[in-house]
Amino acid sequence: MLYAIKIATRYLWSSKAQTALLVFGVALGVFIFIFMSALIGGLAEYILDNTVGDISHVTIEAEADDPAVLMPQPAVGYLLTAVEKANARQAVLRDAEAFIPLIEALPEVIAVSPQINGAGFMTRGSLVSQVSINGVEPGKESVIIGLDGYLTSGTVRLGTGLVVIGKRLAEDLSLSVGNTIRLDASTGVSSVLTVAGIYEIGQGGFDRATAYVSLATARTLFQIPQGVTRIEIKLTDLYASDAVATRIVALTGLDAVSWTAEGQQLLDALQAQAQTGLILKSFAMVTIVIGVASSLLLSTYRRRPEIGIMRAMGASRLFVVFVFVSQGALVGVLGALAGAGIGYLALLGFPARDALKPGSLPIDIAQGAFGLAILLTSIVSVLASILPARSAARLDPVTAIGQ
Amino acid sequence: MTALLELHDLVKTYGSGEAETRVLRGLSLRLDTGELAALLGPSGSGKSTLLTILGTLMQPTSGSHTMLGVDLTAADDRALTDFRNRHIGFVFQFHNLLPDFTALENVIFPTAVREGRETAAARARGRDLLTRMGLADRVDFPSTNLSGGQKQRVAVARALMNSPELVLADEPTGNLDRASATQVMELIGQINRDEGTTFLISTHDEKIAATCRRQIVVGDGLVTG
Repeated sequence: MLYAIKIATRYLWSSKAQTALLVFGVALGVFIFIFMSALIGGLAEYILDNTVGDISHVTIEAEADDPAVLMPQPAVGYLLTAVEKANARQAVLRDAEAFIPLIEALPEVIAVSPQINGAGFMTRGSLVSQVSINGVEPGKESVIIGLDGYLTSGTVRLGTGLVVIGKRLAEDLSLSVGNTIRLDASTGVSSVLTVAGIYEIGQGGFDRATAYVSLATARTLFQIPQGVTRIEIKLTDLYASDAVATRIVALTGLDAVSWTAEGQQLLDALQAQAQTGLILKSFAMVTIVIGVASSLLLSTYRRRPEIGIMRAMGASRLFVVFVFVSQGALVGVLGALAGAGIGYLALLGFPARDALKPGSLPIDIAQGAFGLAILLTSIVSVLASILPARSAARLDPVTAIGQ
Repeated sequence: MTALLELHDLVKTYGSGEAETRVLRGLSLRLDTGELAALLGPSGSGKSTLLTILGTLMQPTSGSHTMLGVDLTAADDRALTDFRNRHIGFVFQFHNLLPDFTALENVIFPTAVREGRETAAARARGRDLLTRMGLADRVDFPSTNLSGGQKQRVAVARALMNSPELVLADEPTGNLDRASATQVMELIGQINRDEGTTFLISTHDEKIAATCRRQIVVGDGLVTG
């Protein structure tokens, strides 16, 4: 085997230009593989960070317990009825707070945020805007959606009599930090609050219609002295959300829902994107196979007399196979290492995810799949060389020597 | 004298049906250990086919072929390859050296390919053989940089590397000038005398044949003299 590798090396070295071109071709394929891995992976992370990254991964909401419809059965004929659900009815998780320590103890859980949510109107003078009111525990304002990172002025720290609003809402009501507004909840309860901070997430609907108040303020506004309406949970691995939701249901009996239940379209889009990347990477591998196989076929054709001599001198067919498979493997490994090196240097030029600017490619060097690219290329090169090697080994030595 | 190899009623045909060509027509031959024999005959007489079969590079269509007591007609490719490596050396008309290798690397190839690596012992024997061929100063020369006569002497050294019992030479001097041809034949004769290696040399050259102790004439697929 060692001797076969020596001969393979000698053959490659004797045709330096051809070998260099072949290694460059393989390196190019590896570079494309790595670049696509980093781009597709980085893009997926970017999309997830900017969508799922700022939402609850598992959410527990109270199940609506609408009262039973009590309707007397007519003695004769039929009674046609239509039941309209009472929108104003607020479902409450009365004992949920008792389960929070259990949920927080799960290893995948980063943060748990009990909330009281509802609808209302924000009024300043004659200006009125409909808002969604989120009551959260002071200190947990940024555990689900990173409000800290989106703050444009003031503070996100909530307390009694304070509200944090989106930039569009602030513009619509001509508000700035320190201004006072009146918040009317759907229950009819009103409260006068001071704007503590203004954020800008970048989603128009959210920035225009969401207001954060403390959990205590929300209890007053929605007349919920005990319990919460919703518990949001953030996980270390968002793909573990289905399993964690199932576990929470088993642990608490509460209705825990994974983000994937409502994010199927996003998952499908990410999957389609990943498949596109896979196809492009497969094309890169196919190119490597064709390059290595065709080059080795040419090499075996050119070296037919030498193969004949080797066989006449007592080289077995297996030895001849080893010589040409070793050539394929050497080209594959060299090309893979060169491609990985070029890929690494090229990807270094792109900004890290934290320093990403709008409009730039969200390439993540950590997802370049360097090891996989090197391993796959080496294997693929060996496989691509088997056919030419077998054809070389089958050569009739008498015919080959005579050529 | 003990028999090194024996051929009985050897037949070799190429093609089939109307295109069938019978090159060897029941050829029988015995070659003893230590012989220096010339194989003579016109073109198309079957010399090359005979040498190819003797070299285990081709199987006969029928007949028997034994060497060193081994029935080679029953052996598979792997066994024939191993037998060839250990017991048979080749010298071709056009030397057929490996062009990307040095003289020494060419010489030690038969041993290296068997052992899977180039051992120090193989290198030492290769150097010794090249020295005997008068090529001590060409050991590490690329084979492409050697003259025709030097290449053929390297080919003879390579044929002797595994100390084979039989060396088959197909027109070994056919591509050389008279001086080089004489030099190569003197080397062959010397090795035959010193080591008892059997040589079968296919040639058209009567002078070369005259340097051999036995002349085997092949005509129309049979040994005729």
